[in-house]
Amino acid sequence: MEPVLQVENLTVKFSLRSGEITAVDEVDFNLDRGERLGLVGESGAGKSVTGFALINLISKPGYIANGSVRFHGRELTGLTDEQMRRVRGNNISMVFQDPMMTLNPVLTIGTQMVETLYAHRRIDKHTAEEMAVESLRKVHLPSPERRLRQYPHELSGGMRQRVVIAIALISSPSLIIADEPTTALDVTIQAEIMELLQELCLNEDMGLILITHDLAVVSQVAQRIAVMYAGRIVEIGDTSRIISEPRHPYTRGLLGALPQERPRGERLSQIPGVMPTLVDIPPGCAFNNRCTRAEEICRVERPPLEVKSCGGRVACHFVE
Amino acid sequence: MGVWNTFRQSFFLYSFLRDPLAVGSLVVVVILISAGFLSPVISPYNPYDTTTIDIMDADTPPMWMEEGDPRFFLGTDSQGRDMLSTILYGMRVSVLIGLGAVALQALLGIMVGLVSGYGGGRLDAVLMRIADVQLSFSTYMVAIFIGAIFKTVFGVGLYAQVAVPFLIIVIGLAEWPQYARTVRASVLAEKNMEYVEAARVIGLPSGRIMWRHILPNTLTPVLVISTVQVANAIMSEAALSFIGLGMPVNRPSLGSLIKIGFEYIFSGSWWITLFPGIVLVLLILTINLLGDWLRDYLNPKLYMH
Amino acid sequence: MLAFTVRRIAQAVLVMIVISFIGFAVKYAVGDPVRDLVGVSVSVEEREKLRDALGLNDPFMVQWGRFLKDAVQGDLGRSYFFKRPALDVIVNKAPATLELVLCSAIIIIFISIPVGIYAAVRPNSWVSRFLMGASIVGVSIPVFLTAIMLIYIFAVGLNWLPSYGRGETVMLLGFWDSGMVTADGLVHLILPSVALSSVMLPLFIRLIRAEMKEVVETEYIKFARAKGLAPRRVLIVHAFKNTLLPVITVGGVQLGTMIAFTVLTETVFQWQGMGFIFLEAVERGDTSLLVAYLVFVGLVFVIVNTVVDIIYGLVNPKVRIAGRK
Repeated sequence: MEPVLQVENLTVKFSLRSGEITAVDEVDFNLDRGERLGLVGESGAGKSVTGFALINLISKPGYIANGSVRFHGRELTGLTDEQMRRVRGNNISMVFQDPMMTLNPVLTIGTQMVETLYAHRRIDKHTAEEMAVESLRKVHLPSPERRLRQYPHELSGGMRQRVVIAIALISSPSLIIADEPTTALDVTIQAEIMELLQELCLNEDMGLILITHDLAVVSQVAQRIAVMYAGRIVEIGDTSRIISEPRHPYTRGLLGALPQERPRGERLSQIPGVMPTLVDIPPGCAFNNRCTRAEEICRVERPPLEVKSCGGRVACHFVE
Repeated sequence: MGVWNTFRQSFFLYSFLRDPLAVGSLVVVVILISAGFLSPVISPYNPYDTTTIDIMDADTPPMWMEEGDPRFFLGTDSQGRDMLSTILYGMRVSVLIGLGAVALQALLGIMVGLVSGYGGGRLDAVLMRIADVQLSFSTYMVAIFIGAIFKTVFGVGLYAQVAVPFLIIVIGLAEWPQYARTVRASVLAEKNMEYVEAARVIGLPSGRIMWRHILPNTLTPVLVISTVQVANAIMSEAALSFIGLGMPVNRPSLGSLIKIGFEYIFSGSWWITLFPGIVLVLLILTINLLGDWLRDYLNPKLYMH
Repeated sequence: MLAFTVRRIAQAVLVMIVISFIGFAVKYAVGDPVRDLVGVSVSVEEREKLRDALGLNDPFMVQWGRFLKDAVQGDLGRSYFFKRPALDVIVNKAPATLELVLCSAIIIIFISIPVGIYAAVRPNSWVSRFLMGASIVGVSIPVFLTAIMLIYIFAVGLNWLPSYGRGETVMLLGFWDSGMVTADGLVHLILPSVALSSVMLPLFIRLIRAEMKEVVETEYIKFARAKGLAPRRVLIVHAFKNTLLPVITVGGVQLGTMIAFTVLTETVFQWQGMGFIFLEAVERGDTSLLVAYLVFVGLVFVIVNTVVDIIYGLVNPKVRIAGRK
């Protein structure tokens, strides 16, 4: 069956006064129906920009320089604003990080839910409200009818994020892009929201792209993981394989740095140095100045993201 | 010498010089204000000296016009006073009142703002309520009210003698809430910072903390609004003079000149209104532009602070 | 919400008491009610008798109490010049001022909102830049100068519009002397309202622009776009509604400034409104009228500000809900 989403060679650049920088560099991945993919990386690695690029929501001075994004076989990058608008919120929905900032404080929750429906189909108020209540039920929000009349500030953080997810669900999209959905929430709530997302994807047969820097979170929910570094995907594969046997030196470094990897009392391991900012990415492999295995070829030739013996794709000259 | 050098190399001077509008405005402001304060020296006549004024010279058009008189460069007003001189003297009065009023507002407002912000509690609530209510009446209205009351209570004769200090007081009293609120906001922000905690822990008395530590940090926003307030004060004085609650007609400011000119606008003596009007607008505009530049310059730094 | 409203109204009453106190103090110090009643050609003994009869030799607080009592019933003394109750004179002239303010407000709303939104959404177009520049200049020109300029250009120079007065007016409902229902009256309204609005227009344009710019950058606007909402809805419903809050607050305060400026504008245009009468009262030493104006305008301010506060409370859900708890 054809994948729901096919991203090929996606490149996003930012046109600044000081020059052009590449925030997303030749990113390639697919997503099958109902599949949950985690997009992992440090801040500034380009994960959010990739997410926004999929629905063409990059604000100036950013723009999609190259590449293709095919959704159900349809090319999204060349669409007009109006055509793209019809896809957003309808076939592909997005969930942002901080629900207090995402919901408009002066509009009721009900308004913010039904307007999504009004924007995409001809529907009467009564049916729209019923659908909104149904959506709120799916996210396990108690007293859904009452919520419609309430304002965002009347709910707790976790409840607000559920509302945001409910809004994302309401048009039965086939793909949800969640950009750091739990980062702004309490740790206890985080797990609940993650479970909710997983449950919804299974029940509603929706694909999920989970953008996060939190490896623990992604390992519980995602079926596959793509690791990003300096705007590029350096490793992509099944979650279980990546967690247990990471191949790319950066991925290994990330996993090695997790507290659970070290016995008590021992120092945490760290990857020396910091991820380069987008203006000074080294030539060749972006990781070469921090990699313990780096050699001359790494400084000259950028390693392609290819299928390796482990079954996933890795961008490293030294992985078989 | 050290201070001068620091200033010369400062970022402040650098970014100032790069903005032609700011530099231009400063030049104009300096010219106008110095002309005003040097008026006794540079103006051809003394418009307050009644012995030099001849009513027969009244309503003479500017020099370059047909009925003009080379003695009076910009013509004369309805009393025979030379326009150029009167404008110069008037500008001095306007600027004096403007600066004086702002000094008063700042003094009052800063004190209230400091006490209110640092003290907090009921005192703060009461003071701010008063400030809010006064603000809601708009400073112009307050100035007009106070002006009208003073004039009625003290009569026209006494009024003429005390006009300048009176106007300074009126405009100063009308606008202190602006300063109070600005300073209070700053104080509230600073109050919670660590260096205040530190000072308190050492045992410094409140007054000292307020004066030595918090005050300097609130000066930036005070500076920002001060330029605009000077322009506002000059405009307020002009407005009050125009409706007759300001400078008396024998010692006119720019506003009173415009008032005189207005009465003659239909009979054709347009110069009595136009020239003071241009000078007034120029003065206010350039001060506003400078204030804008200052605010833009200080703003990002305010946040980085 | 209820608690909020009650507090606001209590504050309003308190302010009115203070204003009436100040007004009365002026009257006590300067006014001569005997003269107001019977003029100047009355003997000294008669005056003394009248003073006693009127209770003018009573202590200050007693007189103030009386003043308050009368004021609440609508009696603010008699105007010496007009030989009529002062409040009558003012109320008679009020429609002139109110219509002027109304027209200016309409001009301001209909121009500043679209211009402000446009300048926020397309900040770099030369139109926006020009408008921003013009607004700084506009703020620097005092209202009376604008008025004089307008008169000189449109009335004296081009002779398109009348230069003074209200023109033909019609008495509506028996008490509202309106200039808005006649063509002549409307024509006379044009220049004064334009002059009056010129003061506030730059301010509102800049305010709306600044607020819109800030709002447009927010996450919820981005989310609204991510939901696939039509751009116009995003702009008007989501963005603009959020700018309403600060705009209303500022607007309410500025209304006070507008009323102050009517005094200036009416002087220039010989517009027979409250401000014009007020200045005449000052000139003539007509204390009762002066004080009556003070109290009346004070009342108008207080009412307007209280109403604006309450509207703000209604529009801002946080205030509304907080009051509930």
